[in-house]
Amino acid sequence: MIHFENVGLRYGMGPEVLRDLSFDIPKKSFQFLTGPSGAGKTTLMRLLFMSLKPTRGLIRMFDRDIAVIPGEELPLLRRRIGIVFQDFRLLDHMTTYENIALPLRVRGKDESSYRSDVIELLKWVGLGERINVLPPVLSGGEKQRVAIARALIDQPEILLADEPTGNVDPPMAQRLLNLFIELNRLGTAVVIATHDLSLMDRVNARRMILSEGRLDIYD
Amino acid sequence: MTDPAGPTSTTSGKERLVTLRPLAPIVPPLNVSGRALMVVIAIMSFLCAVTLGAVTMVQEKAEAWQGDVAREITIQIKPADGLDMEAALVEVRTIALSFAGAVSAQIVDRSSTARLLEPWLGEGIDIDELPVPRLVIVSIDEAAPPDFTAMRQALAESVPAASLDDHRAWASRLISMARISVLVGVGILALMFATTMLTVIFATRGAMAGNRHIVEVLHFVGAETGFIASEFQKRFLMIGLKGAAAGGGLAILAFLALAVWQTNSMATAVNDQVTALFGRFTLSSAGYFGIVGIVVLIAGMTAVTTRLTVIRTIREIDRQRADPSLAEMD
Repeated sequence: MIHFENVGLRYGMGPEVLRDLSFDIPKKSFQFLTGPSGAGKTTLMRLLFMSLKPTRGLIRMFDRDIAVIPGEELPLLRRRIGIVFQDFRLLDHMTTYENIALPLRVRGKDESSYRSDVIELLKWVGLGERINVLPPVLSGGEKQRVAIARALIDQPEILLADEPTGNVDPPMAQRLLNLFIELNRLGTAVVIATHDLSLMDRVNARRMILSEGRLDIYD
Repeated sequence: MTDPAGPTSTTSGKERLVTLRPLAPIVPPLNVSGRALMVVIAIMSFLCAVTLGAVTMVQEKAEAWQGDVAREITIQIKPADGLDMEAALVEVRTIALSFAGAVSAQIVDRSSTARLLEPWLGEGIDIDELPVPRLVIVSIDEAAPPDFTAMRQALAESVPAASLDDHRAWASRLISMARISVLVGVGILALMFATTMLTVIFATRGAMAGNRHIVEVLHFVGAETGFIASEFQKRFLMIGLKGAAAGGGLAILAFLALAVWQTNSMATAVNDQVTALFGRFTLSSAGYFGIVGIVVLIAGMTAVTTRLTVIRTIREIDRQRADPSLAEMD
């Protein structure tokens, strides 16, 4: 589904922050992306989300070479990817329901066609009682779950989650992890960027470890 | 946060009713920068509309002067020894009317002549005792005026004391002055308009800067550029329309209020002075249409600026994508 080949990335004239990355993310796979702070996890997540282009190497997303995809096609390709940003990026003037429904709304779908799906997903992430609440009132964990639900609402083929447990307590982290496992069982590939070792120990999954710009993979 | 009147949804399973508020707009309603933008647009529209109104008033006044001057000529008969003034006046009128293009001719009678001289000689003067010139005012067809040279010649032959004044010298000065006034007015209007447009563009871009995060989120959840641009354009078109309509409407009200004041305070010293300086504060239909045009143009400019700003923001995001040195390092 996603193929990286000798990918390198540098910011400006600085040193390469990512070097010779070659890996595949197969369909329905589950993997953790980890490494020390500043190792380039978020940068790699941005490459996976196509919000950055590599300075060298080849990236194929859904069998398309991203170097030659025209800008206007990117939104259509991104619709196949769900992303949970580290800082959530929720819109404060919209309720949890409206934030989660946003990807469907921008695709021009009628509200009546997705209303029950959104409510069901809200309940699935444990926010059934917070349906009409605005983000500034939500706790960090609740915001995290809204961001996850927004990423999942259009049933993406792959979910990218950047430090999804960074703002929550251990029981909530476990709940979120269970949620990702359940999602993976339903057929979505999952990439979780985290530096939380205890979280990774709870699941027998592939580990992609970034260190000094290089990637080691432990299946 | 709930709206009892909003749509309801039935979830599966327990068939429990969930009350939702009507969907919030994708672009948030007015925030502080949006309100500030509306106020800026209202102020600039008001100034622009007032300038336009003033320029149309000056232009119409100038046209009226030109028309008045072009519609009349004056024949003056100077008193001379042995001249029968009354007979000369009648003859002059007859000669004037004999020319094609002379519509009517009116002798300024004794009492009217005395009234004309009142400011200088006071009341109760006997003009027969004074060597006062007399006038015949001839109304002419503006479109096909009489042959002034021939008329002048005919008058010189029949009544040598008569002289024709076609107001040409005065008219040309007045027309020049009026043209300069209109030109200056149009220049001021152009500057005012350019200032308004630049202010609206920069204020819109400023207000849009506060919405960059929304553009980013929409872009990343898969919204196409056209969709994002349309959503922002709709919101800012309304801001522009409201602000410009408020400013333009206020300018129209100001003109109407001044016109009403002028009508109600006629024959007062202040009114006379103001009227002498600025003329009547009455906008013609061209003035009203001009103000409506300004409102539409400013609102349109706000919407177009918003659209271009959204497109530029998305291009910036994509440029960062293509050139990582522009992006923040994580």
